[in-house]
Amino acid sequence: MLNPDPVPVLAALGDATRLQLVSRLAAGESLSIAELTGGLGLTRQGVTKHLRVLERAGVVSSSRVGRENKFSFEPDKVDFVCSYLQSVSDQWDGALSRLQNLVES
Amino acid sequence: MQDSIEKVIDLKAPVSRVWQAITDYKEFGAWFQVDLENPFVVGEVTRGAVTYPGSEGVKWESTTEAIEPERLFSFRWCPYADDNEIDYSKEPTMLVEFRLEPTSTGTRLVVTESGFSKLPDKAMATEALRRNTSGWDIQAGHITAYVES
Repeated sequence: MLNPDPVPVLAALGDATRLQLVSRLAAGESLSIAELTGGLGLTRQGVTKHLRVLERAGVVSSSRVGRENKFSFEPDKVDFVCSYLQSVSDQWDGALSRLQNLVES
Repeated sequence: MQDSIEKVIDLKAPVSRVWQAITDYKEFGAWFQVDLENPFVVGEVTRGAVTYPGSEGVKWESTTEAIEPERLFSFRWCPYADDNEIDYSKEPTMLVEFRLEPTSTGTRLVVTESGFSKLPDKAMATEALRRNTSGWDIQAGHITAYVES
């Protein structure tokens, strides 16, 4: 597997503020720090810090547009985490049905 | 806030039989598909190699947390440690718990695997995730379903 580690992505999503930022960006539009700061009750610096955490985990990306940094949602990492969780769940289903065969036979 | 996958299965076998099948390392290996080298002992590491088709040879390492006869068996492991070249001993671990209780037909087994994330308050997370309308909605639903279950 190319990226066997879902934990950094889950850890990055595991914060109320970051989840809100992701929620806004997931609507599809690229947003500036100023646009993302509105209504969060945080300073620009605080929001920037959270965005950098999300960027390091690959959940968002940034690009320079004029004088501003615009942030965008990157769905691939989240897709990966979802398929990972699905595979864990499927593996348990398989293991438990083998356990059932063993103890009920 | 829970961050776990939970599975409940009703087994038509007595608790003592199920207990043996999950705590005897050879029997555990048979259904979990892992070739274990040593028994489960509280505080000690059990090593082995996965025999699951497609993952054959992947290293298994678990540390036994609790053995309460016919009630609770638990261990910690790192389930995404699928690269034998990397030292996963410092990585975060998942806690796997097997809880048994007798029923009129046999045994109810509840398996919980927790530690996937530390998502904040459940209601807030769900609210935040529901608000948007893109494909993320569906993905978020998946995550929320898992972490809430």
